[in-house]
Amino acid sequence: MRRETQRLILLLLPAGIFFTGFFLIPMADLFMIGGSGKTGWAAYAAILTDRNYFNSLISTLAVAAATTVATLIISGISGVFLQRHKFPGNAALVAMLTFPLAFPGVVIGFMVIMLAGRQGLIGQITQAVTGEKVVFAYSMAGLFMGYVYFSVPRTILTVMAAAEKLDPKLEEAARSLGASPLRVVRDVIIPGLKPAFISAGAICFATAVGAFGTAFTLATRINVLPMVIYTEFTLSANIAMAAALSFVLGAVTWIVLALARTAAGSTVAAAG
Amino acid sequence: MNKPLSITLENCAKTFTDGTRALEPLNLSIREGETIVFLGPSGCGKTTTLRIIAGLEEPDAGGKVLFDGEDVTTLPIEKRNVGMVFQSYALFPNMSVAENIGYGLKIRRESQAALRTRVSEMLGMMRIEALADRRIDQLSGGQRQRVALARALAVRPRALLLDEPLTALDAKLRDTLRLEIDTLLRRLNITAIYVTHDQSEAMALGDRIVVMEHGRVAQIGSPRDIYQKPATRFVADFIGTMNRLNGAVRNGVFTCRAGDMPWATAPADASEILFRPEDIQVTESAEGSTLRGTVAAAFYLGDRTRLFVEVGEKQPLVVESAARRDFSHGETVGLAIDPRGVLIL
Amino acid sequence: MKNRWLFTLQLGFTLIVCAFLIVPVILSILAGLTVNYLVGLESGLTLRWVFEVWDGYRDTIFLSIGLSLACLAVTLVIGIPTAYVLAKRQTALGRVIEEMLVMPVAVPGLATALALIVTYGSLSGFRTSWAFILVGHVLFTLPFMVRSVLAVLSAIDLKTLEEGAASLGAGFIDRFRHIVLPNCRAGILAGSLMVVTLSMGEFNMTWLLHTPFTKTLPVGLADAYASLRLEIGSAYTLVFFLMIVPLLLALQAFAQPRLKKFVAEDDAT
Ligand SMILES: Nc1ncnc2c1ncn2[C@@H]1O[C@H](COP(=O)(O)OP(=O)(O)OP(=O)(O)O)[C@@H](O)[C@H]1O
Ligand SMILES: [Mg+2]
Repeated sequence: MRRETQRLILLLLPAGIFFTGFFLIPMADLFMIGGSGKTGWAAYAAILTDRNYFNSLISTLAVAAATTVATLIISGISGVFLQRHKFPGNAALVAMLTFPLAFPGVVIGFMVIMLAGRQGLIGQITQAVTGEKVVFAYSMAGLFMGYVYFSVPRTILTVMAAAEKLDPKLEEAARSLGASPLRVVRDVIIPGLKPAFISAGAICFATAVGAFGTAFTLATRINVLPMVIYTEFTLSANIAMAAALSFVLGAVTWIVLALARTAAGSTVAAAG
Repeated sequence: MNKPLSITLENCAKTFTDGTRALEPLNLSIREGETIVFLGPSGCGKTTTLRIIAGLEEPDAGGKVLFDGEDVTTLPIEKRNVGMVFQSYALFPNMSVAENIGYGLKIRRESQAALRTRVSEMLGMMRIEALADRRIDQLSGGQRQRVALARALAVRPRALLLDEPLTALDAKLRDTLRLEIDTLLRRLNITAIYVTHDQSEAMALGDRIVVMEHGRVAQIGSPRDIYQKPATRFVADFIGTMNRLNGAVRNGVFTCRAGDMPWATAPADASEILFRPEDIQVTESAEGSTLRGTVAAAFYLGDRTRLFVEVGEKQPLVVESAARRDFSHGETVGLAIDPRGVLIL
Repeated sequence: MKNRWLFTLQLGFTLIVCAFLIVPVILSILAGLTVNYLVGLESGLTLRWVFEVWDGYRDTIFLSIGLSLACLAVTLVIGIPTAYVLAKRQTALGRVIEEMLVMPVAVPGLATALALIVTYGSLSGFRTSWAFILVGHVLFTLPFMVRSVLAVLSAIDLKTLEEGAASLGAGFIDRFRHIVLPNCRAGILAGSLMVVTLSMGEFNMTWLLHTPFTKTLPVGLADAYASLRLEIGSAYTLVFFLMIVPLLLALQAFAQPRLKKFVAEDDAT
């Protein structure tokens, strides 16, 4: 009824005003500023035409893709395992695996330093064993490690939730038809978890593309797009280029998520 | 108790925003204190009509709802003071049974004491005193139904609207509650509108029945009228079981594929006759009958046997026999129709 | 037996993953409490670093707590009505609105922060106040509040419950207070925990939005990691853990169905 529609519009108003004023308008501004630099609208193509930016784009996408694959494998194995086998200590394991759920990127970076930094555990062990200290925290490998660290807890939760809904009868049916455990995984479990994999993978990928804190903590030299944007903005004061690059970055992540959502059906939540 | 309400619908049609025409223009007046039942197949517009009366939907422009002659068309439900019982009960899961029943009184800012008295009165009326402090999810279906009724009645509504209140229950419980509701409605002398697609429920409860078909009223009348004098073929088929025979009348005899049926008062142009299973009997012997058929199926029901008798029509005849004997498949039986029960539509 | 073997393999793998996640946490806690991390535990345990952090970074802690509570207040006030509207109108337009609200989560925080600076950076009173950071945090956390309330509201038959209340005479305000809010309490609670936790840890936007006078805890952490000795960074991290661990534990309780049911039953009685 009309009265009710009016009421609903009124209720939507606060969020609408806030969102328009502080997100839609600023984003539109950002878009305009991106085209206002020395190179004009060509700034939006710079990510492809400029060798340096293009390289950063490639390495950003590469580390994000590697993170996604590694996270899905790790979380797939552990998530299904923990959902299927209820043994004493299971709950404790789940609690530990999901403990770092809300660590901010900077803290994740620090965790990587604790493991693989100059005073890190891996360095100490390798020095004791081989006499040579292995330190990789301040490189792409460290960043990769950090992103996996960041993504595993939430992905495990998603996989566990999806595995809970998998019908064990399907698996039993496959077994009764003589399928080997490997075939069961391939023919029953992975297809059943596919929507969860797609959505969790997309979130994983998008966060890895856009995250900034971890790279910032590890080293300013790491050549990924968020770092490039940050440098353009603060050091070179090239606001137009920073704007263009971040707009493109934002568009890329948003599209990845939107595509994944259509692929996995409406159940995908962008819970990041 | 309030004086019972009379309700009038004038020209009420309903077209939903998606273009669905749920209700054709409807005129109906419901007398004070009567129980009226909307009966019809799924999707025929019963709920829509009820919701228009309740104030949950507005009729299309031109339609009017009158309560005791006063136009309430644009009055929202919370101002109409009608009690409503929903098919899914709509009990509030965040409140106990007693809180649910007292909710309407709380809204009306009744004093704590008055509220408590009325709630225990209602609990007593529905005989659910023991459940007062239960949470809703700890109740069985029948108990929920009683709470829903108590909640709707607690505020002394001017009319009670019930939308398929028993559909979610099993058959036995449905019978018990049907009786209880019937007793209750008569005792309270409240105007009640009851929606159902179950004809036996409609027959048992209704002072009058409104049979609906595709958003239109097919017939309004007492249960007896509706059953014995259906106005249309749709009503005849929808209410109870109807047998039909095709044939022609000549010299006071109706002739069809099953044979001849003497019928002194037969109208000359009757080409199809309709009659209920209770108006046809299996005769003692097949040889002496002019009307015959073969048994296609026989279901022994204990007190009687339900027979499906093949007579060369599209549908076999349904015949109920109290004879203490077995009927075998393929057996030829003689039939006799009581002309007083024959209808022509 | 083959299954036994498979089980052990998977368990081993899971334990390694677990170690990967938990060992650095333990290391950093230890580092924050040892006199000299390079020497090791032999150098003794101390609270000195924690006190140093407290003295130097107290303000960031209070600012973060204040910010997250303000953020919670704003998301409650504008998020619950939004979730209600989306629950009532599950139309294409509703889905578009929901999709748009999620954009600040999908789009990198850096981009959102830059956009805010570009548009509002010249309003210096606003730019230098903590409200500027608050705006960013609300943008980022609002979808979590909306979604968690919406999830609960979509699971109950809101329409019929409201109609039931209306039939008993309840107007909109009464219905909202007595029916809608109590029935989505679990969603509000889960959303609130999420909002506070996320706001407490937000860095991507905050790093660009903050000023020297509006440093939040994660900003302070980044400072400390970059410029101070490992022990102080660790002690600071320890303080951060102490603040978010209760929140995380509560959140985990909501992520676990069994615990969730337990909590729901518990607060209903
Ligand atoms: N909100 C709505 N929007 C669009 N169409 C609707 C709406 N509500 C009902 N309808 C349609 O209106 C018609 C009548 O619906 P109504 O609910 O009145 O039927 P009913 O007789 O109560 O059926 P049932 O026995 O199944 O409850 C149906 O075709 C239904 O699909
Ligand atoms: Mg209906």
